[in-house]
Amino acid sequence: MLLIPCPHCGVRPETEFVYGGDATVRRPDPKTASLDAWAAYIYERDNPKGPHTELWLHASGCHSWLVVERDTVTHAIGQVRQARDAAS
Amino acid sequence: MQDRFSAGRILREALGGNAGWRPWRRNPEPKPRYDVIIVGGGGHGLATAYYLAKLHGIANVAVIEKGWIGGGNAGRNTTIVRSNYLWDESAAIYEHGLKLWEGLSADLNINVMFSQRGVLNLAHTLHDVREGMRRVNANQLNGVDAEWLDAPGVKAFCPLIDISADARWPVLGATLQRRGGTARHDAVVWGYARAADRLGVDIIENAEVTAILRDGQGRFDGVETTRGTIKARTGALVAAGHSSILAAMAGFRLPIESHPLQALVSEPLKRLLDCVVMSNQVHVYVSQSDKGELVMGAGIDAYTSYTQRGALHVIEDQMAAACALFPMFSRVRVMRTWAGIVDVCPDASPIIGATPVPGLYINCGWGTGGFKATPSSGWTLAHTIATGAPHPLNAPFALKRFETGALIDEHGAAAVAH
Ligand SMILES: Cc1cc2nc3c(=O)[nH]c(=O)nc-3n(C[C@H](O)[C@H](O)[C@H](O)COP(=O)(O)OP(=O)(O)OC[C@H]3O[C@@H](n4cnc5c(N)ncnc54)[C@H](O)[C@@H]3O)c2cc1C
Ligand SMILES: [Zn+2]
Repeated sequence: MLLIPCPHCGVRPETEFVYGGDATVRRPDPKTASLDAWAAYIYERDNPKGPHTELWLHASGCHSWLVVERDTVTHAIGQVRQARDAAS
Repeated sequence: MQDRFSAGRILREALGGNAGWRPWRRNPEPKPRYDVIIVGGGGHGLATAYYLAKLHGIANVAVIEKGWIGGGNAGRNTTIVRSNYLWDESAAIYEHGLKLWEGLSADLNINVMFSQRGVLNLAHTLHDVREGMRRVNANQLNGVDAEWLDAPGVKAFCPLIDISADARWPVLGATLQRRGGTARHDAVVWGYARAADRLGVDIIENAEVTAILRDGQGRFDGVETTRGTIKARTGALVAAGHSSILAAMAGFRLPIESHPLQALVSEPLKRLLDCVVMSNQVHVYVSQSDKGELVMGAGIDAYTSYTQRGALHVIEDQMAAACALFPMFSRVRVMRTWAGIVDVCPDASPIIGATPVPGLYINCGWGTGGFKATPSSGWTLAHTIATGAPHPLNAPFALKRFETGALIDEHGAAAVAH
């Protein structure tokens, strides 16, 4: 089981969290985006083997959305930030 | 030339002290050039090579596998075979597969132990009941055998299930596909490999594809591997959980994410379960292997991963559900757990067909449920490669559907998973 260090609550087990997927995906500008860009945004993912930047919701804790660096080969967890800070 | 397997042969070899058996297939050095390269020596890649050689006369084919054949999901799955999917497109391709299964042992001259013991999909809520009845009707319209059983009918078919009204997961009924069942996964891999090898296909193990070559026009031109460069004008990526990695080497992205999917077996027990029982609501399914182990699986671990292991809490949830449905399992011990990396597509349907790279095809996205489709997956991809155009069975499963929006949404629709 993963242990995720929440910046507010400390190190907590994976079962307290809900996985939110790839955090690098950005919604295209609706005024200018092509159909291809929309399809890519909705469906395509890099799905990397190695470092992955991803969203987790601390659902059974402080309820904040976090951006977590995790390696998809070793499951090692690196930096954890508030999604609010990561977005700006 | 290999010799054929038969009962008489087994008897003859036994009398000769079993000294006369020879290796099942060659272990060839890679040639510099082939007509077709297939990346991935799982069931789907091997079946593709077999049908290319057998049905289309294209035998100058290499199957390139980074480890050993069947070391991926083909050898890790829980072997449930059924075709009772909701949508017409799915029913057609999975039912084509089921028909191939019914003749596969004879076709491959190996016993794949295909056992049509019947597959139950339990309903625990009113919604499950409605969805199950709807699927039974859809299946029957598509010529797929399907029956609806009420709770006493479930008990009669599978006496071990607790159908009492106060059960944690009350059983309100189930769909039954009698032609569904299980098969021996290793025998399927070895059988396709042996039959393809016999027709001249080179199966190259311990060769990891590290780059995809393209010519001046951008067309597929071969692969770099850890055993050297191998050229071909046509290629197919059939790499299950590693499909995104290979697509990236070829310069395109896929609507796929890779997740661990876990399964486990119990200690061997006497015969007690003679059918397959699945429950999507509580995410557990179980059958009993020929060795007597209970084979059980659950849903995927939530996060993406390329590590063939998952977390214990997923197994705990799954065992809690299994013990509620089958109270006698509570004293059974778990012997072994493992995971495979499954390629999950947003609509829980596969991708079989052309890629943005001319000359390069892909077959992936089977996720948690592609073992049952091994024959029809290989059959349709072989047709697509040989003719340059999809067969009507796989045309709806094009990569393009994510642009056109014509998804085949089996996630919400059918008995998903496995
Ligand atoms: C635990 C579990 C339970 C399952 N249960 C069921 C079930 O009950 N019923 C069902 O229908 N399906 C089930 N599935 C799904 C099924 O196993 C898969 O959909 C199917 O096996 C995938 O096709 P394959 O056999 O070709 O894949 P694989 O056997 O995974 O083949 C892909 C191959 O590609 C190779 N490869 C990857 N990268 C490279 C590279 N760079 N170079 C060379 N080779 C490479 C891999 O080593 C691997 O051998 C289950 C899967 C798992 C993990
Ligand atoms: Zn928290």
